[in-house]
Amino acid sequence: MSITQSSASLFSTTEEKEGTFNARYSLWIKEALDELPHSFTITDPFISGHPIVFASPGFLKMTGYSREEVIGRNGRAFQGPKTNRRSIMEIREAIREERPVQVSILNYRKSGSPFWMLFHMIPVFGNDDGRVIHFVAVQVPISGQKMRNGSGCSEMVFGSCRREVCLGSFVHQERALPVECDEQELENWEHCEASESEKLKSAEAVGSVLSVLTRYSEFAGRLVCGKRNCLRGADCLSSSLVISLGRIKQSFVLTNPCLPDMPIVYASDAFLTLTGYKRHEVLGQNCRFLSGVDTDSSVLYEMKECILKGQPCTVQILNYRKDKSTFWNLLHISPVRNASGKTAYFVGVQMEASCKDIESKELRPEPRQLSVVGAVRVAVRSSFMATC
Amino acid sequence: MLKIKRVPTVVSNYQKDEAADEPVGCGRNCLGACCLNGARLPLYACKKLENPGTGEKIVIGCEAREPPVAFLESLVLGEWEDRFQRGLFRYDVTACETKVIPGKYGFVAQLNEGRHLKKRPTEFRVDKVLQSFDGNKFNFTKVGQEELLFQFEAGEDCEAQFFPCMPLDADNSPSVVAINVSPIEYGHVLLIPRVLDCLPQRIDHKSLLLALHMAAEAANPYFRLGYNSLGAFATINHLHFQAYYLAVPFPIEKAPSKKMITTVSGVKISELLSYPVRSLLFEGGSSMQDLSDTVSDACVCLQKNNIPFNILISDCGRQIFLMPQCYAEKQALGEVSPEVLETQVNPAVWEISGHMVLKRKEDYEGASEENAWRLLAEASLSEERFKEVNALIFEAIGCSNQEEELEGILVQQQHNPSGSLNRTHGGRITNGTASECLVLQ
Repeated sequence: MSITQSSASLFSTTEEKEGTFNARYSLWIKEALDELPHSFTITDPFISGHPIVFASPGFLKMTGYSREEVIGRNGRAFQGPKTNRRSIMEIREAIREERPVQVSILNYRKSGSPFWMLFHMIPVFGNDDGRVIHFVAVQVPISGQKMRNGSGCSEMVFGSCRREVCLGSFVHQERALPVECDEQELENWEHCEASESEKLKSAEAVGSVLSVLTRYSEFAGRLVCGKRNCLRGADCLSSSLVISLGRIKQSFVLTNPCLPDMPIVYASDAFLTLTGYKRHEVLGQNCRFLSGVDTDSSVLYEMKECILKGQPCTVQILNYRKDKSTFWNLLHISPVRNASGKTAYFVGVQMEASCKDIESKELRPEPRQLSVVGAVRVAVRSSFMATC
Repeated sequence: MLKIKRVPTVVSNYQKDEAADEPVGCGRNCLGACCLNGARLPLYACKKLENPGTGEKIVIGCEAREPPVAFLESLVLGEWEDRFQRGLFRYDVTACETKVIPGKYGFVAQLNEGRHLKKRPTEFRVDKVLQSFDGNKFNFTKVGQEELLFQFEAGEDCEAQFFPCMPLDADNSPSVVAINVSPIEYGHVLLIPRVLDCLPQRIDHKSLLLALHMAAEAANPYFRLGYNSLGAFATINHLHFQAYYLAVPFPIEKAPSKKMITTVSGVKISELLSYPVRSLLFEGGSSMQDLSDTVSDACVCLQKNNIPFNILISDCGRQIFLMPQCYAEKQALGEVSPEVLETQVNPAVWEISGHMVLKRKEDYEGASEENAWRLLAEASLSEERFKEVNALIFEAIGCSNQEEELEGILVQQQHNPSGSLNRTHGGRITNGTASECLVLQ
């Protein structure tokens, strides 16, 4: 949805997106997943835009896209104007609540032709830290045989034996795609119920993918599993909060004042670009690594005072990148409360200034900095679903 | 004449008791003729929309740098944060504890003791949905300009445009977005169509379309717009919508629905099943205008028939809930249960949608899905009355009121020149003439 989402995926290559996937699992994971016959995708909520980082050959065949066209896209790309809004909401909410979901939904192929499928998605948790590492989504095409019966009657209450009879003629046909029928008709169906066997297929597929992921994560020493085995640590943000924050295309960090030394718990991609650091180098660190010999300590003191008082402040501070080069940072800091009403984080929004503003008496934050603060407030406030 | 006593929510820092006299002439930098000259406000003109929510990306005409988030969101949240830091709100809403009540629907409860003033309640007439604008009472031309965030209009271009500093010109009939100084959530704003035209609180086609544009433009399903008619807890008789962000689904959005009818312009109208307040859901349509016009026709009908109602615009303008209600009438007639009355919760659009602001700690601590349900159910029309109202609405939007028990219904367009039947999906096919179609109930 963000304006720059498409340009972001232009700039980072397929390899980069897949790179984070490879980092979690041992070698040959891709080959192992490629061997599975099912259609499925794996997404990474910790990459901005919650993109697909793996797509099975079955998925590519079903949708008609190439791997390069799919990696980096969000799952929404396969929805279209006639996709049921309620189903979209159900998927969105399952992601936000980090729980499984199984829903019939209308998707569109590259050719533009619509098809119904059973979408079955599960979260995959890190065994050691309890956070969501990936979402695995399996797609089982639905034959929708019922819909085409009779004289257009939409009656969908079939006795189970009748259902068997309907599918009987299809049993011997190992077809990945549903029978072609009038597309206009397909799009206009309110709903397309998946059969019991289709639901079983999706559960099996999910199980297969999960066991491959589990096995290869174990080899890599960083086990994943289908259930959350420990409470997410205080320094770990929920995946839904991370997804929300990932939509903000500006340099900023979130720090946690309740943890010792007020470490960074979130850093945007733009922050990493601005400072030259990698994410794992900054998470868990206090922001002071950005300061250096020529940083004015009175400014640092002013910031500390505001933080202690829980007030927003704007300062101009000399900061250092990883390569030791310096830049003037128009920095705006503000406390951010969560649903309990208490301050949960501080947000720091950086803007590179071309030179030091001599009259630095009453510094005002730039409009875009305020936008970031606002967007962060909404995201943090709303991320209060209890996960267990 | 039916009246109830309640304390009106203060939405502007310049709003006083209804009874008090407004001091004449200014120095307050308002929108009256006294201060309007030279007033400037950013203008956001959204792009021309063809179909509801085709997920187009916004390209900004005049803005040099990319905004950090989708543009309208950036503007609303950034300006709101600015006013927030300037202390223009009566309280910090983010300091108000909030939670999702466990249950199937996930009602959202907030403990907010500061939203409702500890003042003497004022009398509100609740038996007239249509009342004339009264310039002597508080209205949005009396707000301070610092409470305004930007002008908003439905643009003619295929691209959205932003002008950071546009004069407020009465000749252009500007529509503005203002802060609500008693916010229900962070980012709570008011959309005031054609503010200087001083329209009373009633739905018209152009204004509802503007509201839909805003929802679509924000491109965030968690940014919703709401409307309260007079008699359904509108505080101010000056046309306005409300909007804010809350990144959880509203209970009403989760309620299952059953399709009743599809209009010839493709608007699907459903009724909600298993929800405490009987409501209609409008979606689809071959264009946003079609959807908007259908809902407007329905609202005009309700207004004509003096039926108070609320509107929720959700899912980026793709779904519109229409909730007729009768709580105020019941309250005036002494028919609301005392426990419900004690909570002093007025079931306006947000409450009915499932977001309840509670002023007493005990209500917040004891908030449950059953309590919420019981409270909202008091606002609902009865089954029979709802059917009557639906019949009125369907007639008004040009569909004869035919309803089939199980499946969808056939829609006969009375104005269709060819006189043929339109088959809707899910309905039984008949290839007869008008005389063969199902009869009115």
